[in-house]
Amino acid sequence: MDWSKHKIFETNSIVLLIGILIVVSIGGIVEIAPLFWLSSTIEKVKGMRPYTPLEQVGRDIYVREGCYLCHSQMIRSLRDEVERYGHYSLAAESMYDHPFQWGSKRTGPDLARVGGKYSDEWHTLHMSNPRAVVPESVMPGYAWLAKRKLDGKDVTANIAALKAVGVPYTDEMVKQAGADLLAQVDPDGDGAEALQKRYPKAQVRQFDGNPEFVSEMDALVAYLQMLGTLVDFTSFDASGPNLR
Amino acid sequence: MDYETMVVITQSLALLFFVALFILVLGYVFWPGNKAKFERASRLPFEQGGTNQKREV
Amino acid sequence: MTSNTQKIAWNAFSDAMAVAGSIGGIILGLVFALAGRDDMIKFHGWLFAAACSVACLILLMRMFDDEENVDDTGYFDGPVRVATVATIFWGVVGFLVGDIIAWQLAFPVLNLDLPWTSFGRLRPLHTSGVVFAFGGNALIATSLYVVQRTCRARMVGRWSPWFLVWGYQLFIVLAATGYILGVTQSKEYAEPEWYVDIWLTLVWVVYLLVFMGTLMRRKEPHIYVANWFFLSFIVTVAMLHLVNNAALPVSFLGSKSYIIYSGVQDAMTQWWYGHNAVGFFLTAGFLGMMYYFVPKRAERPVYSYRLSIVHFWSIIFLYIWAGPHHLHYTALPDWAQTLGMTFSIMLWMPSWGGMINGLMTLSGAWDKLRTDPVIRMLVVSVAFYGMSTFEGPLMSVKAVNSLSHYTDWTIGHVHSGALGWVGFVSFGAVYCLVPWLWGRKGLYSMKLVEWHFWVSTLGILLYITSMWVSGILQGLMWRAYDQLGFLEYSFVETVEAMHPFYVIRAVGGLMFVVGSLLMAWNLWKTVYGEEPADLRDQPRVAAAPEFRESPAMARPAAAE
Repeated sequence: MDWSKHKIFETNSIVLLIGILIVVSIGGIVEIAPLFWLSSTIEKVKGMRPYTPLEQVGRDIYVREGCYLCHSQMIRSLRDEVERYGHYSLAAESMYDHPFQWGSKRTGPDLARVGGKYSDEWHTLHMSNPRAVVPESVMPGYAWLAKRKLDGKDVTANIAALKAVGVPYTDEMVKQAGADLLAQVDPDGDGAEALQKRYPKAQVRQFDGNPEFVSEMDALVAYLQMLGTLVDFTSFDASGPNLR
Repeated sequence: MDYETMVVITQSLALLFFVALFILVLGYVFWPGNKAKFERASRLPFEQGGTNQKREV
Repeated sequence: MTSNTQKIAWNAFSDAMAVAGSIGGIILGLVFALAGRDDMIKFHGWLFAAACSVACLILLMRMFDDEENVDDTGYFDGPVRVATVATIFWGVVGFLVGDIIAWQLAFPVLNLDLPWTSFGRLRPLHTSGVVFAFGGNALIATSLYVVQRTCRARMVGRWSPWFLVWGYQLFIVLAATGYILGVTQSKEYAEPEWYVDIWLTLVWVVYLLVFMGTLMRRKEPHIYVANWFFLSFIVTVAMLHLVNNAALPVSFLGSKSYIIYSGVQDAMTQWWYGHNAVGFFLTAGFLGMMYYFVPKRAERPVYSYRLSIVHFWSIIFLYIWAGPHHLHYTALPDWAQTLGMTFSIMLWMPSWGGMINGLMTLSGAWDKLRTDPVIRMLVVSVAFYGMSTFEGPLMSVKAVNSLSHYTDWTIGHVHSGALGWVGFVSFGAVYCLVPWLWGRKGLYSMKLVEWHFWVSTLGILLYITSMWVSGILQGLMWRAYDQLGFLEYSFVETVEAMHPFYVIRAVGGLMFVVGSLLMAWNLWKTVYGEEPADLRDQPRVAAAPEFRESPAMARPAAAE
């Protein structure tokens, strides 16, 4: 057996493998790595804060149900979009989003600034039976969300995990996560004030209108009602470097 | 060195490097000595028989 | 003698390792089943333990079996047969779910308003079903078949190829049941949660080792170009999968995790992944298929082997940059958007180079398009590839993208690639493979292939034309202004306008499903050895190698 020749052949397939790896790495390195260290990637804005525990749990439900498949959360810097949905989305507005939910398809409208546009009752009714509110809608009904008790046992662990991947939750926020979750649906309770101190602009209400228990609907509506409401655009200056 | 100059330099170097790579690939592909090798390789799907058969040629 | 003893010892060792692995799997599954923190991961634990128990039982029954799992040609085809059957099965399932959700968009009452049947949970089932289950199995089957034939070497491993194909099916079942139960990361085309991702990583590493090991055993000095494409697909998908799915599990016994990236960085990473799932899973891998099955079926070498080498290096280099074109006018920095657009436009050239190479392989034998519906399927797939790789660069231009993005135009574009290119090239390859792998004289019925071809082609045309109209219509309605300078249409008016096109699309999809059922029936009959009715109309290459008459093809270079 001619070993020397055989060895070169073996090396060749490894050479091919390494060549492929180098060639396919270049593009990704050039495009992704700078986003982590160019400071102009994410604008400096006033008003952004991490999600409250209830909003985050609502977001997790949004993620679980695959809402992003039909709703974007990214208003492009085009005239008609800004007029239809509001100020174009900033990178800063999704900097605490794990994962991002910008979406790629608008079977339904963009939701980046849906917060405050409709009442809680509208959202609850619309989610339970979309065509009762919007006859032409093709959205699935989610009436069962209002009947499901919110599973809050993991919320502390979830917030701790988000802290570990870089969301600036304080130790106190993690510790109080369970209490804050309940405080946000209890406007008459004692915890509301502390919650709003930790999370400015947090809205405290009975979101689904059912005081008997905290439902998944409560969390999802709380999330939707805060979307796009945090950044203070009166102090936002879009003329920085590399911004659009 | 400011940001703008750095951008110009890196982009020019990258362009030169990629063009050189492309020319390298073309050189390999059109090298007269490689013609027979490629001819033979293009017939690999038509080899008959199993794993034990010795290669002709 | 010594080598024989060595072989027996080696086989016993690998049997023992395989049994140990499966017992480890049972234990791991039981840990999740009993100590899991939520019902979903408990269910998956039971499922995993059950699958490992079955594997363990089969291993124990076949242990110390000296049979080498090979036919008299010396190739190891059992796992290839499993992957081929899985391709057909998951294909039908994936297409069917796709058509169901198409009808849901036309008639929302079909969502049934239950958690498990809503569009948001079924859509990933469709996309993963067709891309990873149907496409993935087609790639595994063809790559393992092609690498053995073009290297004239038996696939390496005793149990690892079996682990690869069955482990991959387990990945599909875990992912799919997870979607229905709401276990998802909601990253497009990367929905499976962390523990399913880890399982896929393990399966994929074995895939790479089996493929590389077989390449190293080859008796040919040159590695055939199809294998280059298959290798780049395997390696790049591994890289994409690992980087994009980097996540922190909330608990190591719970199903929930959080992706370590956020916002704009996560968006860029995701579309770097997402676009290259298209570029390497759905393009490079299937180009490997094209470079073997088109020449093989046409019985002519590829049009230009030189072009195929240029094609290979330029396409893998350029594709990886194209991701940002999914993020035009978003909060992604402009420089990244511009890079993505530039490279996407450049991609047009190598893509068409590959298309020309595939099509021109038929030059001098165009009559085969008329007589052999299998080669017609392969060639039409290459034509669809050419069409969608022209449309793609067009849509990546920012001005065009401002209209097309977020609309059904994108969906239509994806399906001209997925149904036309990926679907048809896989059907063509499977129609070739089944008689070859099961030792049949030909396909059960060429007439049924004709029907499959025409029904599906018509279905694809209905699908993509309706999506063009609805996508462009919706894009124009969103940006329409009335005489007073106000937006002319409310959002829901644009939804209403989509209805007729959604119905046409669903009908087109239904035709594609019907076509795939014809294929499944035809191949079922072929495997069961039914004597073909129209054997005389089939080309000699339709038969398994042992039944082929002497080569009709002139071989000037290797004539000596």
